[in-house]
This record gives sequence, structure tokens and C-alpha cells, in this order.
Amino acid sequence: MVYRMRDCFSRLGRKVLDSIYYAGELSLLGARAIFGLCAHPLKRKQVIAQMNKVGIDSLFIVSLCALFIGIVLVLQSAYQMQKLGAERFIAHLVALSMCRELGPVFTALIIAGRAGASISAELGTMKVTEQIDALETMATNPVKYLVCPRFLALVTMLPLLTVYANFIGIFGGYMVAVWKLGITSTMYISSTFEALALKDIFTGLFKSVIFAVIICVVSCFQGLRAEGGAEGVGKATTLAVVVSFVLIIAADCLFTALFYFV
Amino acid sequence: MIEIINLCKSLDEQRVLKNLNLTIEKGETCVIIGRSGCGKTVLLKTIVGLLKPDSGQVIIENHDITRVDERELNRLRLRIGLLFQSSALFDSLSVGENVGFVLREHSDLDEAAVAKRVKESLELVGLEGVEEQLPAELSGGMKKRVGLARAICARPDIILYDEPTTGVDPIMADAINTLIRRLHDKLEVTSIAVTHDMVSAYKIADRISMLYDGRIIESGTSEEIKNSKDPIVQQFITGAAQGPITG
Repeated sequence: MVYRMRDCFSRLGRKVLDSIYYAGELSLLGARAIFGLCAHPLKRKQVIAQMNKVGIDSLFIVSLCALFIGIVLVLQSAYQMQKLGAERFIAHLVALSMCRELGPVFTALIIAGRAGASISAELGTMKVTEQIDALETMATNPVKYLVCPRFLALVTMLPLLTVYANFIGIFGGYMVAVWKLGITSTMYISSTFEALALKDIFTGLFKSVIFAVIICVVSCFQGLRAEGGAEGVGKATTLAVVVSFVLIIAADCLFTALFYFV
Repeated sequence: MIEIINLCKSLDEQRVLKNLNLTIEKGETCVIIGRSGCGKTVLLKTIVGLLKPDSGQVIIENHDITRVDERELNRLRLRIGLLFQSSALFDSLSVGENVGFVLREHSDLDEAAVAKRVKESLELVGLEGVEEQLPAELSGGMKKRVGLARAICARPDIILYDEPTTGVDPIMADAINTLIRRLHDKLEVTSIAVTHDMVSAYKIADRISMLYDGRIIESGTSEEIKNSKDPIVQQFITGAAQGPITG
């Protein structure tokens, strides 16, 4: 019994140490990426290509998801609000939920699943086919060449996509509220503007920058340490998405609490 | 000159290189032979600074590559070209972009000069008009040649070849061997090739060294290796299944 408990604690301790080590390695890669961005000018062509991949190519899926989220929000809140005769607050709820919470979080989760997985698979394939080694033998730092352009692209494009998702989500809510629930267009729009303060938009955008850093660092890290051929790339990609999801939700919880109490 | 002194390297608790000593003279082509998994690629990667040894030195042009800082390491790396076993071409870049990569990243040459050098390098390896193609559109032999063109594009003093003839047919293998010999004569480079292909070794080597159990057990010209009395060397070069090499 004592032996079993000791074994259990020992495994738990090892897991905790591994997690601390993992967090340390992620932080180190993030710091190296930021240093790389500050120290060396990037090639515009590379950054634009990455922005295109992360931003433009994700527009359709972000639009679709944001539209559905806006519609669902209105329908779910109408269910309660109509009982209280507080339909005009539906627009408040949609605007605040989208800008402060759902817009940044859902957009980040979509980008983690789409662009993060793609980054991890691409770098993982480069790692197992010795392309990363080839970069190093040609005196080129893989962090500067591969991570920095992706970092800049994500940190720029995710907040922009979040603003876009907020707008589409609010529009989705507007469509249902005006065409199905009988709320007037003027009332919905004025309620939306009335509910939103600049702080709401900026807290959402601040979170989206943090999420972008998480997606980039986790995806690049998993890709750069992939090994063992196709299976290794698959594992790296899965881990990149899972870890990004968990860290995005955890960071969201932390910053939401922070903004609530501060 | 490249001097490897008492080099030790372990991977996953297994000692791959054990006090390995080897000297390659300037302008010499040294072929390192040995069984698959005996540590030949580990040795090459240690020479170019991709792997850090546990102990020992790799001295290139009076600099110990295992102890220099990153800036000095990169300066030395620009004087070394490496042909990877898998060619390791960047699959998102065209052939022309792959071959001219070092020049575009690390030289002040303008685009026209880089394009000219890329064309020359591709011609040296017998390829023309493939600059716009992607690596995925090339055959195995062509990929090796493009890899070689990329390795020589910055006109390095040292070229390292990791299994240059693995994965190509015998005719293409002979073409690559001829190419390596021609590049050596034309560019006057110091070369190290690792292979287990004895036909290739005899064709390109000025000197052959056999790596076994983490050490160089014999070194000599092709003739000296062919006439070696060492039963391990004899078993390896004749490809006999029975002998002192087991497993």
C-alpha cells in the first residue's frame, strides 16, 4: 500500500516536473521569437504569405462559425428574455458576449485547429525530412526563418479576424432578432452601441493577441520537436491542437477573472 | 584540414562514437565506410555542428567547431556544403530558390548574380532549365543532383556527402559518383563522404576509412583497403554474411 502510494506520488511529481519543463521550453521559444523579430528584419514576402494562410484562408470558416454563434446566442437568450419582457437586452447580451468572450475565444479555437495544425504539420514534416537540419547547415536560424514570420502573422491576423468575427456574430444576431423576433432594426443597433464600451472591445483584442502567441508558440514548438516519420508528425499535430485548446481556455479564464476584478 | 580528436557521442544511452580520431587533409576526398547504424551520419552531423559531442574536438581551419559561439559556427558552416541522404530540399521552394538559398540569405549578391550562380551550379550537376520546378516534381536522382547543386552553390571549401548513392539506380549512382569526382577536381574542395556502397567508395575516394564499433579501425587508399588483413574490413568490403561482424 505504502509502496503504491509512493509510486503514485512519484509519477505525479514527474508529471508536474515535465509540465514545468514544457512550460519553460514554450516560454523560451516565445522569447526567442520575440527577440528574433526585434533583432532581424523579416522578409516581407514570407510574412505576407503567412498572413494570407492564417488570415485570408480562414475568413470563410470564421464567418460561418461567427454567424451561427450570433444566431444561437439570440435564440437562446430570447428564450429567457421574452419571459421577462426584456427583449431589448438581447442585443446587449449578443454584443457583449461576442466582443468580450465568444469572438476572441471561438476565433482562436478555429485558428488553432486550422492554422495551428497546419503550422505544426508543416514544421514537423520539415523536421523529420531533415529540412530543419538543412536550414541550420546553411547558417540559417530556424526560429528566425520559420517561427518569426508565423508569429508576426498570427499576432497581426488573429485580432483582425476577431474584430471581423465580432461584427459577423452581431450581424447574425441582428438577422434573427429583426426578422424572426420582431425587434426593430433601429432598436437592435442602438442597443448594441449602447451596450458596448471601448474597454469591452479592447479586452477581447488583448486576449486574442495572447491566444495568437499561444497558438504560434505551441504549434511551432510541437512541429520543431517532431520525430519518427509520419506517425511523429501526426502526434505533433494532435498535441499542438490539444495543448493550444487547453491553454487558450485557461488563459481566457485567467484574463477574464483579471479584467473582472481589476 | 579537418581534424577529429577523441570524439565521443552517445544517443539514447548508446555510445555511438568512442574516442574517434581522423584527419582529412586539405583537398582530399575521404570516404568513411561502415554498416548502417554504425554512426556515420552522427559523425557528419557532429562535424557540421548539428550534434554536440559528449567530448572531443572537431577542428576545421584551426577552429574547434564544438566550442565556437553561434556566430562563428555559422561563419564556418557557410564554408561547408552538406548533401543530405534524403536531399532535404525545401519542398515549399522551387529548385532555383533551393539552390540559391544560401546566397539569397547570406550574401550581398543581387538577384541577377544569384540566378547566374544557380544556373552554373545546376549545369555543374548536369541539370538545366529546372529552376522553376518544385522538388516534388523531380525524380530521386534529380533530387540528389539538386541537393548537390545547393551544397556547392556558395562555393564551399568542404563538401560532406551523406550516403550520396542511396536510393538511386546503379546508373544514376555511377553518374553521381562521376559528378562527385568531377566537382572535387574542378572546385578543389575537401570532401568527406559516408557510405556503405563499396562501388561508390572505390570510385570517389582518395582514402577510405572504416568505422566500426565507434572507432576508425582502418584507413588507407582503395588498394590498401582491398588488401587489408583485418577480417572485419574484409567481411565488410566483400559483403560476406559470415564473419566477425554479427547482428
